[in-house]
Amino acid sequence: MNSILLDAVVVVSIFGGLMGIVPLLVLAERRIAAGIQNRIGPNRVGPFGLLQPLADVLKLLFKEEVYPAQVDKVLYTLGPLLAFLPAALAFAVIPVGRGLEGGSIQMADINVGVLYAITVISLGVYGISFGGWSSNNKYSLLGGIRSSAQIISYEIAMALALISVLMVAGDLHLGRIVEQQQGIIHWNVFYQPVAFVIFLVACFAENNRLPFDLSECEAELVGGFHTEYSSMKFGMFFLGEYIAMVVMSSLLVTLFLGGWDPGLFPLPDGLTGTVLSIGAFVAKVLVVLFVYVWVRWTLPRFRYDQLMRLGWKGLVPLAMANIVVTGLVVSAYDTLRKASDG
Amino acid sequence: MTPRRQVSWLFTVYLPAVLKGLGNTFLHLIKAKGHKTFTIQYPEQKKELRPGFRGEHRLNSDEQGREKCVACFMCSTACPANCIRIVAEEAPWPDRDKRPKIFEIDMLRCIYCGMCEEACPCDAIELTEKPYQVATSRAEMIYSKEKLLGN
Repeated sequence: MNSILLDAVVVVSIFGGLMGIVPLLVLAERRIAAGIQNRIGPNRVGPFGLLQPLADVLKLLFKEEVYPAQVDKVLYTLGPLLAFLPAALAFAVIPVGRGLEGGSIQMADINVGVLYAITVISLGVYGISFGGWSSNNKYSLLGGIRSSAQIISYEIAMALALISVLMVAGDLHLGRIVEQQQGIIHWNVFYQPVAFVIFLVACFAENNRLPFDLSECEAELVGGFHTEYSSMKFGMFFLGEYIAMVVMSSLLVTLFLGGWDPGLFPLPDGLTGTVLSIGAFVAKVLVVLFVYVWVRWTLPRFRYDQLMRLGWKGLVPLAMANIVVTGLVVSAYDTLRKASDG
Repeated sequence: MTPRRQVSWLFTVYLPAVLKGLGNTFLHLIKAKGHKTFTIQYPEQKKELRPGFRGEHRLNSDEQGREKCVACFMCSTACPANCIRIVAEEAPWPDRDKRPKIFEIDMLRCIYCGMCEEACPCDAIELTEKPYQVATSRAEMIYSKEKLLGN
C-alpha cells in the first residue's frame, strides 16, 4: 500500500513538473527570441511577463471550437491528442533523480527503457500526419507528409547514434546508463562526441524545430499541419511540441550528459543527495532547452532537399561509421583487458 | 543550369558557420559588443521629439489676454487641407476691426504642414510640439477656439 502511494506521489509530481515547465518554456522562448532580436518580449502580464502563458491559454480556451466544413472530424480531433500523448508517455522512463536508497527515480522502471522511449516518441508523428491529412487542405497535407518523411529519416540517424552509446554502456535500462556516468569525465558525451552531435541534430528534426521545422514552414505552407486548427486543439499541438522538446532534452541529458549526476562532486547520501540529483537533472535539461531555443532563433530553415541530403548522406553514414569505430575500440579494449587480466 | 560552386568540405558540414552564428546571436542576447534594445515602453516612456516638431495648433494671446487673431482668413486660405473654419465678428477693441467668433480646426483633416503658421501676419497661430491627439469621436477632434487658445 505504502509503495503504491509513493509511486503515485512520484508519478504525479514528475508529471506535474513536466506540465508546469511548459508555460515557463513558452515564455522563456519568447523572451530569449526577443533578446536575440534586440527586442524586450512579453513583460506586461505579471512580473517579467510570468503570467503571459496563462493569459495565452485562457484566450485559447475561450476561443470557439471551429470545425471547418471539409475536415474528417474524428481524425481532426484525434490529431492534437496524438501529438500530445506520446510525448508525455515517453517521459515515464526518464530517470529524474537518484532514489533515497540508491537507484533512480523513474515513473516506470523498464529494462528496455531506451527502446520504449524511442518507439513512443516516434508515435508523435501520427498526430501531425493525422492533423495534416484530416484538415483536407493541400498545405496541411504537405506539412504532414513532410513531417512524417523527415521524422522517419532522422529516426534512423538517431537510432544509429544510440546504438554506439549502447555499445559503450552495455545496457538498455536508462537508470543504469545514468549510474554508469558518475563524474563528469565518465559522461557519454566524452566517449561518444560524434553520436552526441548526431543525436542533437536528430532531436531538432524529431521535434520539428527550426532549422528543421518543414512541417510548419509558414513561408510556403501557411501554417503547415496546423493551418486549419484554432482554439485549444491548436493549443494541444503547441503543448505537444513543447513537451516533446522537454522529453527529447531529458533523453539527451540521460544518455549523454550524465542524467542526474551533478558531475563535479559525488552525491551525498540520503535526502540531500536526492534533492541535489533532481536539481542537477533539471538544470541540465534547462541548459539543453536553452540550446534548442538559441538554435531556433539563430539558424534559417533548411530546404526540403537539403534536409533529406543532410539526413541520408550526412548523418546516417556518419552514425554507421561511428558504430564501426566504436565496435572496434570496444572489442580491442575488451581483448586488452582480458589479456592483462589473464 | 549554373555550375556548382567549389567550396571546401568545412563549408559543407555547416558546423563552423553554425557555431559562428550561435556566437553572434548570443552576443545579441547578452547585449555585449554595443548591442542594445531600441524599444520605447510607451505609456511609461515617450519618444523624445526633435525641436521643431509640428504638433497641435495653438492660438496666441497678447499681453492683455486677448487673442492675437484678427480673423483675416489668411491661414484658412493657405491651408491645403481646408481644415480651418473661421467666422469673424466685429472686434470691441479700438486697435483692430475684426476678431474670430468661431475658430475651428478639424484635426482629422489637418496634415500638420505649418502653412497656416507661415501665412499668419500677426503670429496668432502656431504649431506646438504636442504630438498626441486623443479622442473617442470625430466631433471631439474638431478643436474649438477655446481649446486652441488653451493649448
